[in-house]
Amino acid sequence: MQLTGADIVVKSLEAEGVEYVFGYPGGAALHIYDAFHRQQEVEHILVRHEQGATHAADGYARSTGKPGVVLVTSGPGITNAITGIATAYMDSIPMVVLSGQVMKPLIGYDAFQEIDAVGISRPCVKHNFLIQDVEDIAATIKKAFHIATSGRPGPVLVDIPKDITAHVAEFLYPTTVDIRSYPEVPKAQPAEISIAVEAVLNAKKPIVYAGGGVVLANAQAELRSMVRKLGFPCTNTLMGLGAYPHGDPLFIGMLGMHGTYEANKAMHDADLIVAVGARFDDRITGTLDGFAPNAKVLHIDIDPSVIDKNIKSDIAIIGDAKEVLELLNQEIARRESEINPELTKDWWSTIAEWQGFDSLWYEHSDTVIKPQFVVQKLHEVTGGEAYVTSDVGQHQMFAAQFYGFSDTHKWINSGGLGTMGFGLPAAMGVKFAHPDADVACITGEGSIQMCIQELGTCKQYDLPVKVINLNNRYLGMVRQWQEFSYEKRYSNSYMDSLPDFVKLAESYGHVGMKIESPADVEGALKEAFAMTDRLVFMDFITDREENVYPMIEAGKGHHEMRLRPNKK
Amino acid sequence: MRHIISVLLENESGALSRVAGLFSARGYNIESLTVAPTNDPTLSRMTIVTWGDERRIDQIEKQLFKLVDVAALQDITINRHLEREVVLVKVGLLGDPADSKLELERVTSVFNASLLDVTDTLFIAELSGSSEKVDEFIKALSAHTIVEVARSGVTGLSSTERALTAR
Repeated sequence: MQLTGADIVVKSLEAEGVEYVFGYPGGAALHIYDAFHRQQEVEHILVRHEQGATHAADGYARSTGKPGVVLVTSGPGITNAITGIATAYMDSIPMVVLSGQVMKPLIGYDAFQEIDAVGISRPCVKHNFLIQDVEDIAATIKKAFHIATSGRPGPVLVDIPKDITAHVAEFLYPTTVDIRSYPEVPKAQPAEISIAVEAVLNAKKPIVYAGGGVVLANAQAELRSMVRKLGFPCTNTLMGLGAYPHGDPLFIGMLGMHGTYEANKAMHDADLIVAVGARFDDRITGTLDGFAPNAKVLHIDIDPSVIDKNIKSDIAIIGDAKEVLELLNQEIARRESEINPELTKDWWSTIAEWQGFDSLWYEHSDTVIKPQFVVQKLHEVTGGEAYVTSDVGQHQMFAAQFYGFSDTHKWINSGGLGTMGFGLPAAMGVKFAHPDADVACITGEGSIQMCIQELGTCKQYDLPVKVINLNNRYLGMVRQWQEFSYEKRYSNSYMDSLPDFVKLAESYGHVGMKIESPADVEGALKEAFAMTDRLVFMDFITDREENVYPMIEAGKGHHEMRLRPNKK
Repeated sequence: MRHIISVLLENESGALSRVAGLFSARGYNIESLTVAPTNDPTLSRMTIVTWGDERRIDQIEKQLFKLVDVAALQDITINRHLEREVVLVKVGLLGDPADSKLELERVTSVFNASLLDVTDTLFIAELSGSSEKVDEFIKALSAHTIVEVARSGVTGLSSTERALTAR
């Protein structure tokens, strides 16, 4: 079948089973947009800014496990998309970004809307391509999807010069892909498994530390089964929340900079850390000098480069988390009689003492809305079943600490890059993927204004997400750091001249609510979630100077947490 | 410690910038970097001279291997290996050109270097050898007026049976 390059692009997406493409048109992409107009199989979603397109595709990917797909034009189209591509890169999210490029003969001549897309994206993609010939389009898109979704996932950019999308070629979508220089994921060796199980069976102070890799590998069942069989305490990273369910007696909360007292203390005092799909980043470890001085580290990851990068491992197993955990579970089952709960009995008593401290405690108020309270009520009203996206800052940490996730793919946040503006467009992507589910975007008045234009997209496509704006009139996390480390010099951390969010939401055709009293929180949430066909923007006027506790400040270790000072 | 890492790279546009970008983005040192196609025109061979402790070199190798365009790599310094660098040195003739030429010819012959070009005022010599030998050659010539030096950077091969091959 002879087709234009533009039609080949769209047919290739169809062949990949792509449902939605999030994008924004422009000159260099117009042939492709014309091809979209000629078909109905792949739906194009028109966002309001290219950053929104990438975050929406990202939210779709995180909530489904399928790759998110983006289409933008050359020049500012691709530069606007960079923040979202980098966001996906840092959290290893599968994404394919197609960008229009100026015509091939114009490349290198500073043409209108020309930018070196391959060059500017190189540090924040898993791989990228500049297509040189119409004959290469289908095979390149096939490679892009393969690379984006296999191994440690990540975003892949395909840059397509405009003239090539007008050329004609035979369309035949490849069924296989062979990239000789792209490594296969190594398989765990039986010897490694047996050494690992030996260490696990002898641990007296073990902790299982599970990260986003467990979510990406869909390994939650295998993780849960291992943790329960061994009776070990389990902590999740910010990216791994839901991998082990909140509320389970073996779950000791999130760890890291704003993790629980018990999770961080347990990491510090452990004699064995079982790290699964986690990379010991600085927000997890605090200062490396004092990190877990007595722990043996068993590190399981699909990416060899994270092994021994920040923390030297004692036992490393490279492989897909699901497969490795399955092998570990088989070996543990074979040696089940050797599991001795007595070994960890003292460890559990120590952990219970730490838990008794109740480090997430905060003082309720009848007069001013506490942000934590809103998140707790959101959990109640949605039965803990909602998809929750967030932006970046205090509200993100309150959401992570207080929503209580029981399943993976439900907590959608920018953990690695820390991108403000992520929450609302990500929620759109989630809503496209899960139209019947409750989708809440927990945000702040600072973050929401970074991509607020997407309220227009939500209206156009009838996306009834619920925006939970925790409005403290400060860039709360910046203010908190300034309170702790800069003697309360609140340099540029306040939010002045805020819009009337209720009117703003209404002007886009949505429902706006302003909630100022703690007594109204639950009722307002119930009312909002009852409006299943409307986007409701809920502007919660919260305590101005509430802080996130516990906190490991920069340069401190797990044993040096700053705890809530007024705790009784 | 100094390490020489040989890399087989897909001969694709942009592959070199991926490697160079990786080194600058992650703050790795590059002492020299050479690249040229191999007998298989679809592959380039790159030789990177870098330094760092064991952990740093381990990271460099792992991060390089993560690049989709990298087909294979090997730290050739961990085994017996050969390294060669080519240098071209342009020297100005001083004082009595005849004496000066004689002295330069002597140095060149001691180092087993070749004379590529001699004019009334200039003398261009070529030497192939280890970086150490190249350093010494340049030092030996520094009694004269060195006009410019062009070094190729290091290339090398492991002397073991094992060859670096793409899958």
